[in-house]
Amino acid sequence: MITDININLSQWPFRRLPLDETSKFVARLQQNGITQAWAGSFDGVLHRDVAEVNARLAAECRLHGEGVLIPSGTVNPMLPDWRDDVRRCHEQHGMRSIRINPNYHGYKLDDPVCDQLFQHVVTHKLIVQLVLKMEDVRTHFPLMMVPTVDMTSLPDLIQRHPDVRLILMNNYSTLRSETLSKIAQKENVYFDISHAEQVGALEKMTNSVPYTKLLFGSHAPFFYLEAALLKFKESELGETMTHAIQFGNAERLLNEQ
Amino acid sequence: MIWDLHGHFSGVDGATVDERIAKLMEYADRMGVERQVFFMGWPWSQDPTPEEFRKQNDQVLQAISHWHDRAFGFAYLNGKYPAESLAELERCVADGPMVGVKLWVSFKCSDQKIDPIIERCGELKAAIYQHTWLKVQGNRPGESTPADLAILARRHPDVSIICGHTGGDWTRGIRAVRAEPNVSIGIGGSEPTAGFVEMAVRELGAERVIYGSDIGGRSYASQLAKVYGADISEADKELILGLNLKRMLTPILNAKGVKR
Repeated sequence: MITDININLSQWPFRRLPLDETSKFVARLQQNGITQAWAGSFDGVLHRDVAEVNARLAAECRLHGEGVLIPSGTVNPMLPDWRDDVRRCHEQHGMRSIRINPNYHGYKLDDPVCDQLFQHVVTHKLIVQLVLKMEDVRTHFPLMMVPTVDMTSLPDLIQRHPDVRLILMNNYSTLRSETLSKIAQKENVYFDISHAEQVGALEKMTNSVPYTKLLFGSHAPFFYLEAALLKFKESELGETMTHAIQFGNAERLLNEQ
Repeated sequence: MIWDLHGHFSGVDGATVDERIAKLMEYADRMGVERQVFFMGWPWSQDPTPEEFRKQNDQVLQAISHWHDRAFGFAYLNGKYPAESLAELERCVADGPMVGVKLWVSFKCSDQKIDPIIERCGELKAAIYQHTWLKVQGNRPGESTPADLAILARRHPDVSIICGHTGGDWTRGIRAVRAEPNVSIGIGGSEPTAGFVEMAVRELGAERVIYGSDIGGRSYASQLAKVYGADISEADKELILGLNLKRMLTPILNAKGVKR
């Protein structure tokens, strides 16, 4: 029983991915023991009609999710009337979380609009999935180079919004920063494991971050799903930590809402 | 059977190289990696002097000395110093236990000054691992691209050469070396982006694709996933995970009397 809090549906804009058809992807998830997957949409990264992206995502999860997929809508606070996207995610689609991509959407974590977004999601009790990057910055399309989200002001943002449940996604560089242990102590902050690297990555990650704050995330189908799964073979975590990271922590996070 | 093309002594604690390789082999055991290639020691040196690359090779020689049939060494050389590199090739490979060479980011491999090293590797049947990247922000001044490697390969059609990292941007890297049949690609040391191995098998054939991890900076998990997760045949996976590297190294291992 595994909850994957970091997958995407639809198509990556720059190339087709082997599992970017929902039914095929869901089958692969089920074959690998994924019982629940929080799905964002690749379309949310670049599309401006976010309301349509989220409606399509919700429908796709409902029609082809086989009970596995839970939609996580995109919110872009640089768009006019973004608050209504938050409302629709919650009220129309019954979403439990939203995804934000500050680097692709053009704002920084210390911009006032980010504070406004965080203040607003609390009223809807939505989890915020902060995506720090989508792909290795060295391999971006040459006409569209998007830096990884600057995390310098993240500790202050977290400090100002202790009621926002925040998941840091695709967080490889963040986890190597000196502010990691400081951030990890905050009750409302969680980390996905999709970008945990080095040999025995999870053993090292659990030395820096309490295992209760780690969530199974694969970044599939952009990444091979097996990359996240095999981390549990490479690190010897024991049953308690494994269960917590693969399932228990996500379940608790949802129930805290 | 898994033979891993690409490993370093980073990512684990240990005051000595012996301590580090022992820890790394614990992870190899967990992941079913039977053979592990190591190159370079520490600290990193992107443009090593002869003294520096000799010192780093000494570290590798020490590390593999207790793992004769399990760990293989490639000699770290620098094309800026052809005479000294040739001498190091003789010390580590011709007269020593190493079975290949590693060329990193100090010197573009398209430069003909590197040819004596490549020719001698061909005579010794030593594997050649040339790092390549295609960074959209621009490579380092001496950092080779897959296109540089293709130029090198055309000058030495009878020598097998490995295109390290496949340029990172494998969608371009695979195309850059596709026409050079003596070039294989190393798939390690990049994010586990889906579709990589499928494209490589489609465009090059599985026989030209070699698994490697780039531990300890990378994990076995993320790099093995590129093969385990790929939509290719089981036979192709076996080639990529070990049979291709074994085939490449067999002549020199036989010459050194190493059990396979």
